[in-house]
Amino acid sequence: MTALLEVRDFSVAFGASQPVKGVSFTANPGEMLAIVGESGSGKSLTALGLIGLLPRHAKTGGEIRFEGRNLLAQSERDWRRIRGRDIGMIFQEPMTSLNPVLTVGEQIIEVLRIHERLDRKQARQRAVDLLELVNIPEARKRVDDYPHQLSGGMRQRVMIAIGVACNPKLLIADEATTALDVTIQAQILQLLDNLRRDLNMAVILITHDLGIVAQWADRVMVMYAGRKVEEGLPEPVFTDPYHPYTRGLLGASPRAESGHHYRDGPLIEIPGSIVSATGEKGCAFRPRCPSAQASCGFAVPALRQIAEDRLAACPFTPTRFVSQIHDASLRS
Amino acid sequence: MTLTQSSIARSPRLGALQSDEVEAATPEQSKDWPFLHAPDALTQSSAAVTKAGLRRELRIFLTNPNAIIGLTFLVTVVVLALAAPYLFPGDPLEMVARPFLWPGQNPDYPLGTDSMGRDVLAGIVHGARISLTVGIAATLIGLTIGILVGAIAGYFGGLVDDVLVKLIEIFQTLPSFVLLVVLVAIAQPNVLTVTCAIGIITWPMVARLTRAEFRAIREKDYVLAARSLGYGHVRIVFREILPNALPPIIVTSSVMVAGAILMEAALSFMGLGDPNRVSWGSMIGAGRDVIRTAWYLTALPGLAIVFTVISLNLISDGLNDALNPRFSEERR
Amino acid sequence: MIVSRRLFQRLRRTAIQAVPTVVGIVILNFFLLQFAPGDAADVMAAEAGSATVETMADLRSRFGLDLPVIHQLLNYLSNLAHFSLGYSPRYGMPVAELIGQRLPGTLILMGAALLFALTIGVILGSLMAQFSGRLPDRVLSVGSLLFYSVPGFWIGLMLILLFSVKLGWLPSGGDSTIGSSLTGFAALADRARYIVLPALSLSLYYLAIYARLTRAAMLEVKSQDYVRTARAKGVSPLRLVLRHILRNALIPITTLAGMHIGGMLGGAVVVETVFSWPGLGRLAFEAVMARDFSVLLGILLLSSFVVIIVNATVDLLQAWLDPRIGESR
Repeated sequence: MTALLEVRDFSVAFGASQPVKGVSFTANPGEMLAIVGESGSGKSLTALGLIGLLPRHAKTGGEIRFEGRNLLAQSERDWRRIRGRDIGMIFQEPMTSLNPVLTVGEQIIEVLRIHERLDRKQARQRAVDLLELVNIPEARKRVDDYPHQLSGGMRQRVMIAIGVACNPKLLIADEATTALDVTIQAQILQLLDNLRRDLNMAVILITHDLGIVAQWADRVMVMYAGRKVEEGLPEPVFTDPYHPYTRGLLGASPRAESGHHYRDGPLIEIPGSIVSATGEKGCAFRPRCPSAQASCGFAVPALRQIAEDRLAACPFTPTRFVSQIHDASLRS
Repeated sequence: MTLTQSSIARSPRLGALQSDEVEAATPEQSKDWPFLHAPDALTQSSAAVTKAGLRRELRIFLTNPNAIIGLTFLVTVVVLALAAPYLFPGDPLEMVARPFLWPGQNPDYPLGTDSMGRDVLAGIVHGARISLTVGIAATLIGLTIGILVGAIAGYFGGLVDDVLVKLIEIFQTLPSFVLLVVLVAIAQPNVLTVTCAIGIITWPMVARLTRAEFRAIREKDYVLAARSLGYGHVRIVFREILPNALPPIIVTSSVMVAGAILMEAALSFMGLGDPNRVSWGSMIGAGRDVIRTAWYLTALPGLAIVFTVISLNLISDGLNDALNPRFSEERR
Repeated sequence: MIVSRRLFQRLRRTAIQAVPTVVGIVILNFFLLQFAPGDAADVMAAEAGSATVETMADLRSRFGLDLPVIHQLLNYLSNLAHFSLGYSPRYGMPVAELIGQRLPGTLILMGAALLFALTIGVILGSLMAQFSGRLPDRVLSVGSLLFYSVPGFWIGLMLILLFSVKLGWLPSGGDSTIGSSLTGFAALADRARYIVLPALSLSLYYLAIYARLTRAAMLEVKSQDYVRTARAKGVSPLRLVLRHILRNALIPITTLAGMHIGGMLGGAVVVETVFSWPGLGRLAFEAVMARDFSVLLGILLLSSFVVIIVNATVDLLQAWLDPRIGESR
């Protein structure tokens, strides 16, 4: 199966600083891929890059292949045909992401009428259907509501309705549930999960909530300081984090590994913060890494295949991985 | 009017601030990742501002080319006004030469003479004295009343606030220039009455601004601390709150001087100025009758007004840029 | 249906809030009239040519001028309730009628100036926002700085100099060709020629303000999340600006336009004297020259009411533009 989306060595630069430094990943139809990282990891910029909404002065590099076509090479006109139709996006703040002076119906109808030949009546009916699809009660009445008349959860459902209105092949959800209550969060994610199955739509879930990733994602990718540092299936990544940063995220100090589970308690803080993206040589995580060594300062560690379906960018192998890697290399 | 000008000028600065943040090392919002403390451009810069105090703002102001141009213009006008009695001794209302000498016709009177044979250049230089005196004195009156009323309303709140706000509203509803004409006409025009009248019509704007600042600052920790220490109201108002409320008031005061100069000019143009003093407005008023034959008599004093007012507006914009990041950040 | 109910609620609230303001303005007006040198008796006596102390006292008691201030205030209020603003001996007619004759002229002038300032200001401001930081923005910024530093009456004189004296294209004063017997469209065109210069000189200052405000508001709206959402929907740039950015930016612009009505009335006073435009401002100028304070204060009172009415209209306009206003309460 060819990937729907293939990102190769994608980078974003603002002048001298380069917040995204060459990221590669793929997404398949119907797959839910989670991108995890803290503020400044470059995950949101990557997401904006996927839909061509980076600030004008941003310089991009690499390739974003969507159905085989390089999106970065296309004109703004072509971008507009893709946005909303082939790739949908949901943003973090449901409170501010909807236009306050237009009814939710008008905002759904807008995206429909841009990309599909529909008359007003058809478009309105589709808007009502979409509101029903995202489980908004009394959709026929709600379609004439203004955003401020809806709760945060409802607004995010409207955002999703806009995002999936034209049956996109890819939906990007940038922290789409962060601002919501836990119960609403679960409902929204369940909705996204159903929709991607029903519509065979790939979903890229950008989040910092590892609980969500573990529960909903098919694959997880951890970013740090503009690079991918680890990738794999959620279960193995979270039970056996390979990269020290992933371990830090999970709050699993080496000694507590056995008993402590990432779902048991709040995440602990990793000391320090992401260093300036203009960066020094070597591993970007080195200043905060508990197991850093002198050699970490020489070069950026390359991504290695450390198991089947598993990549990580740290040359030092946690002891319990040694045998697995051995197995993997024997097999390949 | 002035209030709006400064609020207009304020917003683009906010825009610039945001774009600066995009270019900084942490392009994402810090909300993304509540567990980790990514460097936050906002807290860092505001901390730096507090430390460096006003010196940083002065530096920003002095490196702003527009502000420097404005300052140079204004200093020129002030020096000329101060030197007027030495440069052009004698009454500028005296006839000194043949009437209607065009500029450049007689090197003794470089800007020519008017219909009564008065030296135009002497008139303009002496007129600067009236314009600046009235402008500055009226602003001081407006500031004093406005700050007092605004501080009382904003600090005490409650019924006092309600009453004072209504008073401010009444004054802002009365068309200010019409009120000015009425006041000056009732009080008989001279430099003192014109100054006081302009002060009376400008205070509500200052009061409104001061009240808003006081209401915001009243709840700040250091004010609460001062209260819990049992300091008196006067001390809290003048030592704790007022210094922190000053930046927007300073910005406004520069525009107020410009506004007062314009109003004085309009009044004396209409014949409501001090009849015994030469003023730019009265020169234009006199030149108006002969605009078909000697238009320079109207144009030249007008240019003096434009020159002075532009310089004050440039200074105000510069002050706004220098002082604004600070108070706009603190408001968040 | 919902919209109209919302607007009605808004209107009711505005009206209730305006009551104390109106009362305050009336009282202030009364006291200003008290401070004015000379009273109606003096004026009448001056008109009559000579008056003895007795006739003056007689006149005063007839007009209630010898009563305590509080009674006079009540009289004043009851006169106002009957739309009576006093009598102008100079014009030989009631002040209210005199002002009523002149008010339309000022309103037309202000309307034309406001329309021009808003239209051009919003267009220029949008352009500035679109090219922010680049050459067109800088050029227009300098232009707007210039416009709001120039006194309106001087601009008026310079426009007269250029378009009337030098080029001879437009008339320099009045509101229509005197003695002309034009009718219909020709009369309208004739009037339009007369209004161009005064409206232009009155509007330039406000044009500069609206341009700057539009620029700031559009830049601010541009950075809002919902604009990003619209772009993510594939909305075209023109539609983005008109439907998503400008629509929202208009909310603060209408507030400000409303706030400037009082200032514009003041500006009209000066501009009308420059162009001999028969409006309230011209009347105010004549009243000042004649020391006719009842007329002058009548103008102050009435123009305040104009401001209040305009503010209420702006309130409604805003409630219509912004669905969040007037929802609760």
